[in-house]
Amino acid sequence: MSEEPTRLEVPLTRGGNESLQTGDVVLISGVLFTARDAAHARIETAIENDEPLPFDPEGQVVYFTGPAPARPGHALGPAGPTTASRMDPYSPLLIERGLKGMVGKGLRSETVLQSMREHGCVYFGAVEGTAALLADRVVEAEVVAYEDLGAEAIRRLVVEDFPVVVVNDLRGGDLYREGRERWRRPVN
Amino acid sequence: MREIQATTVTRAVRDLCIKANTELPESHVTALQCALEREESPLGREVIERLLQNAEVAKERCVAFCQDTGYAVFFVEAGDEARVTGGTLGEAIDEGVRRGYEEGYLRKSIVRSPIDRTNTGDNTPAVVYHEPVPGEGLKLTMLVKGAGCDNMSALKMLTPAEGLEAMKDFVVETIEKAGPNASPPVTVGVGMGGPFEKAALLAKKALTRPSGEPNPDAELAELERDLLDRINATGIGPAGYGGTQTALAVHVESFPTHIAAFPVAVNLDCHSHRTASVEL
Repeated sequence: MSEEPTRLEVPLTRGGNESLQTGDVVLISGVLFTARDAAHARIETAIENDEPLPFDPEGQVVYFTGPAPARPGHALGPAGPTTASRMDPYSPLLIERGLKGMVGKGLRSETVLQSMREHGCVYFGAVEGTAALLADRVVEAEVVAYEDLGAEAIRRLVVEDFPVVVVNDLRGGDLYREGRERWRRPVN
Repeated sequence: MREIQATTVTRAVRDLCIKANTELPESHVTALQCALEREESPLGREVIERLLQNAEVAKERCVAFCQDTGYAVFFVEAGDEARVTGGTLGEAIDEGVRRGYEEGYLRKSIVRSPIDRTNTGDNTPAVVYHEPVPGEGLKLTMLVKGAGCDNMSALKMLTPAEGLEAMKDFVVETIEKAGPNASPPVTVGVGMGGPFEKAALLAKKALTRPSGEPNPDAELAELERDLLDRINATGIGPAGYGGTQTALAVHVESFPTHIAAFPVAVNLDCHSHRTASVEL
């Protein structure tokens, strides 16, 4: 954001996210898959039943969002990030299957963070409440699974310079913890 | 007795839904601009700049500035000399929500029940709170309530002996626990007093007050300033990335309570603070 951004092409090749560091401002170009609560629950069921997944997580980045309807002429309606912790019970299932990044907002559980470090997955923050601006960076959007879920369906987005910040890198860095420690002040 | 057509209510509610979701209130834009000036963290400033830019783009294009277009909550001040004809007030409001959310390209986020999570498809039912007032007016105040910040809200039944200090600690603890999840910089609604549910309702209603307008009671206004200072000392900052501006405003509402009670409720609203009202 304030510094020179890093450009990142997704899907990622092996090790493609290793150099990213907590606090880095990143512009993502390529493919993001949207999924939130209901879609994650279905993915879990698919895994339990040994059914094929709606997309192969290998190298991919998932975006926790449920967009508003698009006005005519727009690829996607307003689409900011939703609270990622609600996906904590499910995220390791995708991370173990090769997911390399997640875009959302808010804290992750220790179990998820451990799984991320173990399998090489990075957590990015997008600024919630900038849904109209973020949708501008989406050039294509297509529902690829669970259409009946409406806003919660899985969409394949093609994005250009989609702005995010690295919250949790692969070295244990945590922007939420470090930022708070740095700016905390004593009260009288 | 003054008569108000149900269709008039429906039209007004439809317009409120679209306005509240696409136009950030003037007072809230001002609050964000003040926070931008005060924020010391460069990343924090960048976040606030984007929020302001997003608000501009949303208003210009008449699109929602946040995809979570929330619960449609209404505080209705119904004059005792006014009545709705040609349908009930509740139906008229629901029909307005239905039209506003469809015609305004707003997301439908309400499911049938916590257990049966089938989407109702039109963002109804609206959540309506009635307050009887004298006169022949009908005032509708809408609060669009996103779930991310609502989920981080909390209520505690303190004891009188624990008192004011415990109340302040509880408010700050709630913010600390919410951290980035409530999408700071937040607006903090605090309700105290009454029985259990009154505190929660006051906390929610406090969010409809124009951003930063102090409580008319000097002591409560002082409490609001004190809480704001303590909240901004947490370091959570814009988007939780660290900074000096964690809350834009604290609004405290108080109500008489029981000799044995000191209920306190904290309802958080994210930086997409959406409220609008109309008098019919």
